Amino acid sequence: MTPWSDAWSTTSPFPEVATLRARAPSTRSSRTASSSAAHARVTLTRRSIYIVPTRAGLALGATLALMLAGSINYNLGLGYVLTFLLAGLGVVGMLHTWRNLAGLEVTPGRATPAFAGGRITWRIRIANSSTLTRGSVGLWMEGATPLHLDVPARDEVVATLDVPVSVRGRVRAARVRIATIYPLGLFRAWSHAALAMDTVVYPTPEASPPTLPASPGRPGNGGRTRIGEDEFSGVRDYQPGDAPARIAWKAMARADTVLTKQFSGGEGGATIRLDLADVPHELGLERALSRLTAWVTMAEDARVRYSLRLPGREIPPGVGPAHRSRCLEALALHGQR
Amino acid sequence: MASDKRAGRDRVVTLSPDRVTGLTASLALVLAPHAARIPLWMAILAAAAMILRTWLAWRGQRLPRTWMLAVLTLFAALGTWMSYGVIFGRDAAVALLILMLCLKLMEMRDTRDAMVLVFLAYFTVITNFLYSQSIPMGAYLLGCVWTITANLLATQRAGRPRVTGLLRESAVLLAQAAPLMLVLFLLFPRVQGPLWALPQAGAGGLSGLSDAMSPGSLSSLSLSDAVAFRVELGANPPKADTLYWRGPVLWDFDGRTWRAPGNDLVGQAELEIGGTPIRQTITLEAHDMRWLFALDVPGGAPTSSYLTLDLQLRAARPVRERMRYEVTSFPSYRLARYEVPGLLERALHLPPSFNPRSRQLAESWREEGLAPEQLVQRALAMFREQPFVYTLTPPVAAGHAVDDFLFVTRRGFCEHYAAAFAFLMRAAGVPTRIVTGYQGGTLNPVGKYLVVRQSDAHAWAEVWVEGRGWIRVDPTAAVSPLRIERGAAAALPGVGAVPLLGRVDNDWIKDLRFAMDMVANGWNQWVLDYSPERQMNMMSRFAGGHVSWRGISTALVAATGIIVAILALIALRRTRSAPADPAWLLWQAFSLKLAKHGVARALNEGPQAFAIRASAALPGHANAIRAIAALYARLRYEAHSGPEDLANLERAIRSLRLD
Repeated sequence: MTPWSDAWSTTSPFPEVATLRARAPSTRSSRTASSSAAHARVTLTRRSIYIVPTRAGLALGATLALMLAGSINYNLGLGYVLTFLLAGLGVVGMLHTWRNLAGLEVTPGRATPAFAGGRITWRIRIANSSTLTRGSVGLWMEGATPLHLDVPARDEVVATLDVPVSVRGRVRAARVRIATIYPLGLFRAWSHAALAMDTVVYPTPEASPPTLPASPGRPGNGGRTRIGEDEFSGVRDYQPGDAPARIAWKAMARADTVLTKQFSGGEGGATIRLDLADVPHELGLERALSRLTAWVTMAEDARVRYSLRLPGREIPPGVGPAHRSRCLEALALHGQR
Repeated sequence: MASDKRAGRDRVVTLSPDRVTGLTASLALVLAPHAARIPLWMAILAAAAMILRTWLAWRGQRLPRTWMLAVLTLFAALGTWMSYGVIFGRDAAVALLILMLCLKLMEMRDTRDAMVLVFLAYFTVITNFLYSQSIPMGAYLLGCVWTITANLLATQRAGRPRVTGLLRESAVLLAQAAPLMLVLFLLFPRVQGPLWALPQAGAGGLSGLSDAMSPGSLSSLSLSDAVAFRVELGANPPKADTLYWRGPVLWDFDGRTWRAPGNDLVGQAELEIGGTPIRQTITLEAHDMRWLFALDVPGGAPTSSYLTLDLQLRAARPVRERMRYEVTSFPSYRLARYEVPGLLERALHLPPSFNPRSRQLAESWREEGLAPEQLVQRALAMFREQPFVYTLTPPVAAGHAVDDFLFVTRRGFCEHYAAAFAFLMRAAGVPTRIVTGYQGGTLNPVGKYLVVRQSDAHAWAEVWVEGRGWIRVDPTAAVSPLRIERGAAAALPGVGAVPLLGRVDNDWIKDLRFAMDMVANGWNQWVLDYSPERQMNMMSRFAGGHVSWRGISTALVAATGIIVAILALIALRRTRSAPADPAWLLWQAFSLKLAKHGVARALNEGPQAFAIRASAALPGHANAIRAIAALYARLRYEAHSGPEDLANLERAIRSLRLD
């Protein structure tokens, strides 16, 4: 891994800057400073790791039983030596498999929202603060393709698990199973981590939606207005996807959180009003939300300012990734709590 | 592993050529000792399979189809049957295993197949022990286990792991397994085999003795260097010339051959014992016969053996494996003062019309009216005074063997003297029998035990004297006292008949031989013949009292538990958090410095991102900040960063003055 390519790999691999610990009591110093994020952390302690022989392990056990019987029958002194040496190897292998997970720290990473019918990408960080490289650690989550990765000594890796989703709304990550059969493949050690990790699933965009509603100011399609990059309109909280160039460094230094500069093409520019009330009732709520979702993406593609109105929720006009996220999230969570 | 549970038929080859080559090489090593034992066609087939599989792997070619392998399997089984005549039995079973191994190799596609082959390879190692359990073979096969384990490790690795790394890790794992092996070996409750079938006699199970003796037909056994048995004697070993190891007793003479009775003479010998008892612990090599040995005369029989009426030690079953027993002997004794009359008659019987001259001589002595003791002295005096020669290469006798020996050739070894003496005694009316066994032995000064070899085989006579019972008479001693005191090599200076190593004049060779024999003896005692009895004895000695099976099992569980706990501690030690990296500590200090000036590093912010943000916020220090971040990134993420980078980072951070 190069330090400059992946944002996650450049974060501190050390747990001292840790946040909360879900399971293991903290044994380290009070250097754990900030508590800005409410992520849980799961440490794979010795007691939370289970271990059973694999099928290969059972096969070796059967082989050893056969070898022991042969040694007894033919009075093979060296046969006993070999049988017991391999039995010892099995036990040592079991300990090594067990320790391959021990002490690993699992923390939730950023999850990427998805449209219903698509796949959420859960990111899970596995930190290894020891000097022992952990080989072939596997991650399982319901619905996701299992993933195997090595966790180098004093480093951490980010596993991405893609899980299909079908229903809009807020989803919590399913329990992650962390398992390994490294180094001999004779035993399988595993542990579970329930991570406090959630994201939203946007409604499925309608497959072939009608064209965008006309803006009230200028009828027809002349209402498209390029958003001016010239006029600074304020700052707001940083949201994933904001361009680094728009980060308000100076303001952030004062506010202690990441802020993004917002620009606007000027007050009173042509906007499209997306309103659930304007969608025909006979469509039903879910399909109506699907249509609005499709319109939001269409408006974004066309870089047209748009506002969104849902019963009990009104989002003022805007455009850009942050605005889009806000609108889609409102659509996703509509009617839910 | 979890993802490769696909249907067996359409599995594609996922093993890399490296893995295939490594595994095939390991298999070749394991199978090499078998190569000379299996038929040539099979050895060629196995070698061809290995070469072909490796070639296919490197060329990326597809493997033979299943039906082809099935046909090959059938032909191989047929070939085995034709070569061995059977499908079962040790040799045929090993041959079949080898064939199956090679066929499995031809259809090895993925990790699962590789693991099956690894286990088969482990199993093949043990089949080698059926043929040889010598120290070099043990060491060689340990090496094989080492490489097989490296292959097992490779099955769990992605990419192309280095062979040296795999071998190193394999050695570490095996080294950690060694203490467990030792505990299991010593304490795992041993069961006396066999469980299902009698093992075939070992190739080396030959005796230097037999239950028949025909003086005149040359014996090559007295030249054999092979060990017959080893004896641990107590603190004060008896002198060499009293070391008569009693074996089969020959009663019946048909004119040419002396034989032991067809059936054991069952009964309690009438024995009065005296003198200092001599305790012996004897490790007897397999000889496929039922007799055991002990110093003349044994006072009792070890377990699963018995004493006959003529004081032979007989095992219940032929000795097909090396065995160890304890026996106590008594140097002074009176044996059968009131012998069964039938037996005395048997000890006088001579077939008529053989050896007329000898018979005539004996009858002339008898007519002088000599007592039995005087008759014995007369015969011994004859051997001493007339030009009799002790030699291992006597001329082959023609016709009347005793006559020929006594009056013509006068050359012979113990058999000739004992047989001629016994003939004379019987002819003179003294009940006589021949006792065979071993005489002497070499004290191993290194291991403090006595080695008795086949070349120490000996024959002597026992005469029965009224009121005294059976008395040992060794006519060979009359001719060649050296033979009795110092062994055959001393009695035959310069004669090429005794192998080089048997001669006494090469001191350093002798020392080397003593050391080698001691190692061999230790190997036999502790590795090869660690029997249930020996285990029990050792545990009892260790515990200072009788130990039950339950006691041994408890000790096993406790010792295993302790070792596993220690191994677990060692294993887990490396999973703890490592002490903080100095580079990271410096980076923390730097972050704190910037935070005081309003640029706090976010938790998840890497060096580059933070540097960009901080340089924007503190443009006056942009260059320094970027340099520090670059240095830190290099220390953390690049392999070739040195201690000077760390010093540079520390200097750069200290010299950063933000005020």
